[in-house]
Amino acid sequence: MSCSKPFPGNSRPRPTRADPVPGTGSAPRWDNPLRDERDKRLPRIAGPCALVIFGVTGDLARKKLMPAVYDLANRGLLPPGFALVGFARRDWAAEDFGKVVHDAVKQHSRTPFREEVWERLAEGIRFVQGSFDDDAAFVELTKTLRDLDEERGTGGNHAFYLAIPPAAFPTVCEQLSKSGLAQPVEDQWRRVVIEKPFGHDLESAKELNAVVNTVFPEDSVFRIDHYLGKETVQNILALRFANQLFDPIWNAHYVDHVQITMAEDIGLGGRAGYYDGIGAARDVIQNHLLQLLAFTAMEEPVSFEPSELQSEKIKVLSATRLAEPLDETTARGQYAGGWQGGQRVVGLLDEDGFSKDSTTETFAAITLEVDTRRWAGVPFYLRTGKRLGRRVTEIAVVFKRAPHLPFDKTMTEELGQNALVIRVQPDEGVTMRFGSKVPGSSMEVRDVNMDFSYGQAFTESSPEAYERLILDVLLGEPSLFPVNAEVELSWKILDPVLEHWAESGKPEPYEAGTWGPESAQEMLRRTGREWRRP
Amino acid sequence: MIIDIPSTTTEKINKKLVEVRETGGAVTLGRVLTLVVCTLDSENAEDVIDAANEASREHPCRVIVVARGDRSAETRLDAQIRVGGDAGASEVVVLRLHGELADHESSVVVPFLLPDTPVVAWWPDKSPPFPAQDPVGRLAIRRITDATGARDPLATIKSRLQSYTAGDTDLAWSRITYWRALLTSALDQPPYERIVSATVSGLAEEPAVDMIAGWLASRIDGPVRRVAGELRVVLERETGSVTLSRPQTGKTATLSRLGAPDSLVSLARRETRDCLAEELRRLDPDEIYHAALSGLTKVNYE
Repeated sequence: MSCSKPFPGNSRPRPTRADPVPGTGSAPRWDNPLRDERDKRLPRIAGPCALVIFGVTGDLARKKLMPAVYDLANRGLLPPGFALVGFARRDWAAEDFGKVVHDAVKQHSRTPFREEVWERLAEGIRFVQGSFDDDAAFVELTKTLRDLDEERGTGGNHAFYLAIPPAAFPTVCEQLSKSGLAQPVEDQWRRVVIEKPFGHDLESAKELNAVVNTVFPEDSVFRIDHYLGKETVQNILALRFANQLFDPIWNAHYVDHVQITMAEDIGLGGRAGYYDGIGAARDVIQNHLLQLLAFTAMEEPVSFEPSELQSEKIKVLSATRLAEPLDETTARGQYAGGWQGGQRVVGLLDEDGFSKDSTTETFAAITLEVDTRRWAGVPFYLRTGKRLGRRVTEIAVVFKRAPHLPFDKTMTEELGQNALVIRVQPDEGVTMRFGSKVPGSSMEVRDVNMDFSYGQAFTESSPEAYERLILDVLLGEPSLFPVNAEVELSWKILDPVLEHWAESGKPEPYEAGTWGPESAQEMLRRTGREWRRP
Repeated sequence: MIIDIPSTTTEKINKKLVEVRETGGAVTLGRVLTLVVCTLDSENAEDVIDAANEASREHPCRVIVVARGDRSAETRLDAQIRVGGDAGASEVVVLRLHGELADHESSVVVPFLLPDTPVVAWWPDKSPPFPAQDPVGRLAIRRITDATGARDPLATIKSRLQSYTAGDTDLAWSRITYWRALLTSALDQPPYERIVSATVSGLAEEPAVDMIAGWLASRIDGPVRRVAGELRVVLERETGSVTLSRPQTGKTATLSRLGAPDSLVSLARRETRDCLAEELRRLDPDEIYHAALSGLTKVNYE
């Protein structure tokens, strides 16, 4: 991690915890006699700690965070005496908040509801009422956390989850600093968790990072990109680096181009406040899609140490740039009214809260080049949009055609390009597409699929991304969280497109329920390629 | 769907399986392992099949249940195929062996093993004295026994050491995974002191408790005592102890540490299906289990 500086008393313990006691430097090592790396059955249980959620009344907290906390408890991965503190303006008593968590858990948790697990969790639930600029509320929060340390034995270890708009980050960070809550003490840790958007361009991202870093050193900042918590994304590393089968062809000699798609079928009704003026490129490409690109294109890390993974991702992002001219290599669109999935839906301009002349794009596609020996000349096409054909996220590596086909042209008319598709969601898995002989007396070759599906080969329900990520925060395991440098590099890649779009023109309308505007199709056709229908 | 095929041969059963796959759309590709369950033909067999089905939700597999019937009866093979809703995420082939055939389990199992995937053998009740040398055990890379139901659980779990072969494991071991995890993570907290001694107490006929004692004896330098009584593990350190205890049939355990308030943690007895699912998760030899069996010889019984 190039950007972190050592910070006494707050160094992140590694997952095995077999390293020296945090913050004691020269003290003798503590080797837990019961721990053994060969003991693969032992789950990693977080140490004593409290999780404080700001913005606890929001959708994210109710639909994702609280159920994930319960699921972790149900799987026995939270420490005995774990505490959950909610902070919000709502005038609630602790019981009211308990009820909210209870309902959220019952409705959204992945694992079955078990009374005895809930009772244990409920004992550690607290609520602090106040607004972010209210000093008294933070005094109350400090007291609540101190009491929890005594009653529940949370050991002074606190994670602050900022499930709030970034505009409120400076106030909350300052309050945490002023009240002394952010100050690390020997043998204790303080961590802060932040959600996207991490700024709206390079400059604002730097400002935001500076604000957060004045209070929390970089190695205690966890930026959530929930895509990285998904099994399928982590599986990209396994697929590429644990197998002999794929690595030899994972380069410009064999790969023609790569398509990374994240499509959503929902519209933006009710989200104008967040989305208007932000748009699809900032909302999705800057974080999720560029992270997927980094996983797909990076070189092999020397080990799976978090710092090694990060340095490979930083390396590949720093070699990534936009293909020019931007007029021909990018496309943007805005959904118009239409029929989707049997329902009539309105266009963006008619959604509540959007101005009638909004130029916010709901579809964005860009072309990137990765300037390395491995990828020279291979375009990476990234696209995302709302109100598209269906909800799907996938990475398609499309291969070149065989240099010579010893068949008559009629035999291979139906043969496309070979492809390896990583289905990130839904129906997680991997598909390979290749030509096969059609049964019959003549030689005719047609595309067929070979499929690996998580649902069939492994556990029926893999953990939710948030479960994995919250546990990693509590364990202090940073490998699945993008660091400062990655965020800033991503903006650096994307900024020229945003500027170019802002200068001239406006997004092309596309009918809801289709796969985006004509200009996006045109963008690929110019090079003789087509988007896959995912 | 349940299909009964009385008095048959393995060839006919295999044919029927292919037929079911083609007509019913029940897919047998993508299975990750074959689980062979060796049991006695009794009412208990249905519970065993349920547990295997539950475990197979996590690991889609072909389950072959070999139920040994009356040895004095006429030699006959009865079969039953279960797919779809009656078989969880897998397909189940129940083979009932009567007469002389009951002594030749492996001969009926071999034709049903999936190609190029691991075989796991599970003896839910009585297990062979030397699992790795048993005809079915020899086919498997993982052999799962369960000392809990044995007539003399302590003698049984102790006997596992001399028959241990890489790939062996016992459900008495997977039953205590969360106990071990809680004890281990308690020691990640200060004071960082060595453990001087340990006491493990529980029902005398509960082999899982013996496994905790054996595991501790293999990990720490001091003496480990095993006593009969309430369910409790105490780790003694110079400045204080760590105690994890639970009422025998309770679902909530208490963790007590010096300098920290007592904390409650949900820790119910683990169901067989959860233990089995854990066993199927990793198929490499469990060296820690072997070490815990060796540790059992060092435990002081009182």
